[in-house]
Amino acid sequence: MSRESWLNAALLLALVVVPGWALWADEPFTITLATRAVIFALAAVGLNIALGMGGLVSLGHAVFFGIGGYAMGILASHAQNYTALMEWPFVIEGTKSMPVIWLVAVAASSCAALVIGLLSLRTSGVYFIMITLAFGQMMYFFAISWPAYGGEDGLSIYVRNGFPGLNTLVPIQFYGICLVWLCIALLLYARLMRSPFGLALNAARQVPARVRAVGLDPRRLQLVALVISGGITGLAGALFADLNRFVSPSMLSWQMSGEIMVFVIIGGVARLFGPVAGAGFYVLLEHLLGGVSEFWQIFLGLFLLAVVLFGKGGLVGMIAGRRRDG
Amino acid sequence: MAEPVLATHGLSKAFGALQASDGISIDLRPGEIHAIIGPNGAGKSTLIAQICGALAPDIGRVEFLGRDVTRASTEARAARGLARTFQTSALAMEDTVLQNALLGALGASGRPWRFLARADRDASLRTRAEAALEAVGLADLAELRTAELSHGQRRQLEVAVALTLAPKAFVMDEPMAGLGQEGSKRLTGFLDGLRAQAPILLVEHDMDAVFALADRISVLVYGKVIATGSVEEIRRDPRVRDAYLGEEA
Repeated sequence: MSRESWLNAALLLALVVVPGWALWADEPFTITLATRAVIFALAAVGLNIALGMGGLVSLGHAVFFGIGGYAMGILASHAQNYTALMEWPFVIEGTKSMPVIWLVAVAASSCAALVIGLLSLRTSGVYFIMITLAFGQMMYFFAISWPAYGGEDGLSIYVRNGFPGLNTLVPIQFYGICLVWLCIALLLYARLMRSPFGLALNAARQVPARVRAVGLDPRRLQLVALVISGGITGLAGALFADLNRFVSPSMLSWQMSGEIMVFVIIGGVARLFGPVAGAGFYVLLEHLLGGVSEFWQIFLGLFLLAVVLFGKGGLVGMIAGRRRDG
Repeated sequence: MAEPVLATHGLSKAFGALQASDGISIDLRPGEIHAIIGPNGAGKSTLIAQICGALAPDIGRVEFLGRDVTRASTEARAARGLARTFQTSALAMEDTVLQNALLGALGASGRPWRFLARADRDASLRTRAEAALEAVGLADLAELRTAELSHGQRRQLEVAVALTLAPKAFVMDEPMAGLGQEGSKRLTGFLDGLRAQAPILLVEHDMDAVFALADRISVLVYGKVIATGSVEEIRRDPRVRDAYLGEEA
């Protein structure tokens, strides 16, 4: 087993042991923190598909995160108010069922990724960053100025949505749901990486001219990557909104996009467990230093600087060395 | 005479005041190596870019396998069987040698939309990729990262990736560039046999290689083809001597 595999196994173990300990020690807040880290990691795994494999520096992933969040907020608020989401031409009711919410969140955020991708993949480099940022800002201000769903104040849900057979209000059970999703996403990432699609996408990031020369269209590969990426980040958004029982435009803000990107960069771009390490580190730092000073992000900034300047592989790269497989 | 595999008709391209291609009509017939030579800045790279679809001509047509492909994209031409090698190696440096060859095989298969299968365990992709590496003598280095290859080995890999496409025609942009005498000689021997598989349009500076390989040579000067003919005809042509060959011939 390579050093990276050991590190990955250790991180996975921590995701089981830490909440397990918290459960035993009766520390529900620690479980909530861990849930937060797992959901952020899931969002970052999504971004890692676009950024790490596809080389697409998207500063608009909060769009997908926020759409996932609002999918949950809108469906659940209609359900708790006993109003229909839509009455004409046919009735669509709200729902408090997590699986349905997830489905809607993934479908909506993937569709958004498809539209954004079709328009923004005409550009590259700095222009791609700017256009994804612009889409993010558009969605943000749209959410703020849309009074039907809370506008600037956001939407609150009284009771967490349900999952058949589980009591989602018990922190450890909701944590379990989030962890399973993270594991599925990591498995998908690992499979994609070695798949024919991943091979072509990896090459499209490095030498698009070569990919065209063998008869494949790099932009189409990147578009599909963005759609998968947006769907996963959207799912994370729905879970995040359920964790807080609250969704607001801040989930769509460019700061949110930046945070998701920070998870990936701190953890290690294009590393399987990079997003997990990054999100875990971020939540830990936020918790430990947030109590000391409200300017805790200064330390995060310093660390980010160090990672970018000295260790391109992020946390995973520092510990496990350079990436070995393709 | 056999129908040409690849042909250009009156290809013209200007960049501002510079006429990079000026009514170029050349063709590539089955089984031949047609070399394009010319001094630096003669418009060889511009010609290749137009043939492969990276650049659209102002006027003129490109025909491939009897079809007009002037407006077709690079990837559409490649999918139809036009394989090129790049002057400066365009390889996925972070990937292994085998993965680069697999990419070519994947392009040839036309089925990149498989998300859960393993590319390196796909028997048909792998057979094709390994055969190409074997042919250029890189089979032993398959698991090496491409960035660790020497310059000469990267040139070989360029050719191997083109081979995986099992193309109907090769367009090679200075495959010998920077190879050194020994490597150049080996690749010359290899290309000599390759023409039986598919004809080669060869842009090359190495005159020994060109004279050893070419069935026909076209001389490009300031965007114009000033002569096309056999090696002997080109050697004897006084205009060619004036324009290009100088002391070399």
